[in-house]
Amino acid sequence: MENQYYDNLTVSSSPHLVTGLDTRKTMMMVLIALIPSFIVSIIVFGPRVIALTLVCVAASVFFEWGYNKMMKKTQTIEDLSACVTGTILAFNLPSSFPFWMAIIGCFVSIVIVKMLYGGLGRNIANPAIVGRIVLLLSFTTQMTTWPVTRFAHTDATTGATPLAVLGEIAKGKGGTLPSNMEMFLGFIGGSMGEVSALALLIGGLFLIWKKIISPIIPATFIGTVFVFSLIYYGVKGGDYSAIHMAVFHVCAGGVMLGAFFCATDYVTSPIMPKAKIVFGIGCGLVTMIIRIWCAYPEGVSFAILFMNVMTPLIDNFAIKKFYGGAKKNEK
Amino acid sequence: MSSNAKHLHSIDAGHYKNTASCETEVMPIPDIVKISMSQNIGAPCKPLVKKGDAVKVGQMIGDTDAFVSVPVHSSVSGTVTGIETQRSAAGGNDTLVVIETDKKQELEEGIKAPEITDQPSFVKAVRDSGLVGLGGASFPTHIKFNPKNIDDVHAFIVNGAECEPFITSDHRTMLEDAQNVIDGAVMIMKYLGTEQGYIAIEENKPDAIANFDKLLAEQGITNIKTFKLQARYPKGAERVLIYEITGKHCDAGVLPADLGVIVSNVTSVAFFGQYLKDGVPLTKKRMTIDGDAVNTPKNIIAPIGTQIHDIISFCGGYKSAPTKILMGGPMMGRAIFSDQMPIVKNNNAILAFSKKQAFIPEETACINCGRCHLACPFELLPTGLADAYEQRDAQRLSDLKVMQCMECGSCSFVCPARRPLSFMNKLGKAVVKEAGIK
Repeated sequence: MENQYYDNLTVSSSPHLVTGLDTRKTMMMVLIALIPSFIVSIIVFGPRVIALTLVCVAASVFFEWGYNKMMKKTQTIEDLSACVTGTILAFNLPSSFPFWMAIIGCFVSIVIVKMLYGGLGRNIANPAIVGRIVLLLSFTTQMTTWPVTRFAHTDATTGATPLAVLGEIAKGKGGTLPSNMEMFLGFIGGSMGEVSALALLIGGLFLIWKKIISPIIPATFIGTVFVFSLIYYGVKGGDYSAIHMAVFHVCAGGVMLGAFFCATDYVTSPIMPKAKIVFGIGCGLVTMIIRIWCAYPEGVSFAILFMNVMTPLIDNFAIKKFYGGAKKNEK
Repeated sequence: MSSNAKHLHSIDAGHYKNTASCETEVMPIPDIVKISMSQNIGAPCKPLVKKGDAVKVGQMIGDTDAFVSVPVHSSVSGTVTGIETQRSAAGGNDTLVVIETDKKQELEEGIKAPEITDQPSFVKAVRDSGLVGLGGASFPTHIKFNPKNIDDVHAFIVNGAECEPFITSDHRTMLEDAQNVIDGAVMIMKYLGTEQGYIAIEENKPDAIANFDKLLAEQGITNIKTFKLQARYPKGAERVLIYEITGKHCDAGVLPADLGVIVSNVTSVAFFGQYLKDGVPLTKKRMTIDGDAVNTPKNIIAPIGTQIHDIISFCGGYKSAPTKILMGGPMMGRAIFSDQMPIVKNNNAILAFSKKQAFIPEETACINCGRCHLACPFELLPTGLADAYEQRDAQRLSDLKVMQCMECGSCSFVCPARRPLSFMNKLGKAVVKEAGIK
């Protein structure tokens, strides 16, 4: 081209470059990180895991699409956040859970918790967590009827989760806890995506390595659960050693799934690193208080919900301490 | 003073240093140059020539009495064909002296190496040279070199960090013009009375660091040393650089001299080193020409006032129609509206982007991920600032220290929702100023 003039150029504010990592890719990473747990779940509970997960994902995406369509809003399903919500909700359910009930859970998660508050980024609580809590309170029987694993040497069709066994032991009814290695690998009863601490750990470390999540919340959450059980069982004593019980509590129930995938939800957790520490410790404390002293055997989802609504408050405390400039020089 | 174990937050914005190995080519004199009278951050100059006047290289063609100002010199020999007013990239109006060149490049009579004997003659020589901060800010250098608390200034930092992607002109200066950098730095340190000098260079330019280490050792200069920086963005920002070297936090509005340091861009120092030898004022500039709409990206030296389309022609013309042309780098550079604009003293790059490279995806909702906070060198909270700006909440903006923002663009770069956070900070500052909050 010869000396051609252009005076019709795009003018915009700097910067004129942006990173390739957008919301969609972030959500994609989370989905990838959930794959190990998904695989273990299929091995432990069979093919119904696939069906239930697909139903939840499809329902979540459909509700978001339908809401946007009805409200004449810009379509947002391509950001994949509905897929993440659907998957995590499915992971919080027993594999025998009826499809139609799961769809109700998705409706609560997507429409009531997320879209009615203004969509992604505006919800005050984690959609999957609230979905799970609503299902637990509405369909308690189905939510706490756990199919036995395919490795169980029993004729029964349902079994108890390790935390339920622990509850029975606490009431003096006796029982045997699974070994910590079984708990860590995941060959135990429970919600389908929660069983394998190892698989969730792999996914969580992947997210930390990819810098999708900060390690602060998982570390403080899990650390608090560990230390709290160590102290509690150390003081109380019992059939099992304190360190055994500490490992048990970390691997049991939803701690791993909650710490890596639910409590780290950007929207409903604090931004400031110091606030993240408080948030993680809070989640751990509430979880243990519920597990030990409350009627429910498991407290992770209530703990996360409780800390979700505290998030703006904690963040605000942390924001008050800022770049101090000259003040920092005097140190 | 030593290297800090701690660093300020920074980002990996990519380097795209496509032209790092392109030796600088001197561009032939164009037919017409348009020299802007507003080439420093302070008061614009008044033209000292009129239509029909003959001018020579180095002749002063614009000056003013204002305190914050620097004279402008002709970059070519030729005839003034008019004084034009044109909208500037910043949105104001610029006065341009249009010169038709005779291509002889005759030097103005009486130009000779400056005689520097004491501090006032040093400051006068710096002003006469037409030097402004060539890193981009275009702050008059003679004011910077004449601090009120000159006795407290103990370190002089030559800023060789070129953290903006694409740009390699400072890198080429350090390789091709290293002796001038050293000569300039020695003279500046002598008249600032500083004991210690640093040449700060990012670790991804080992050739430049080795070059300086060798020259300094050969010449037995012990009070200047190279300082290795992380190759991340924005390590070359003055306030970041000061922290990295001295460990002192430099707030917005605080002069580096108050912290005992003076920072000058490597190209400014190199020019001053050359000026000490021949006394030719600032009339030409080394620049990187790059971007995917340019046929042959290169480093060039062009007379100040050359129009951008002439420069692009020298670089093989446009490969495809440009959608965006930037003066400066992609992180802080200014998008201009026409390629007929002339280059000014502080240009260090012209980047022409095609539609593909200029594409910035649409904004989506904030997901509260906090990446902007982790990217900000000053640990501000851009997402909070953006929310406060959207509500025009001047008090909240001020509480969240919007005035500390240097608009480096790191927050906008990392935002997965593509929010124009840096731009909203710029607008937020205006809200705070308007509200009169101190």
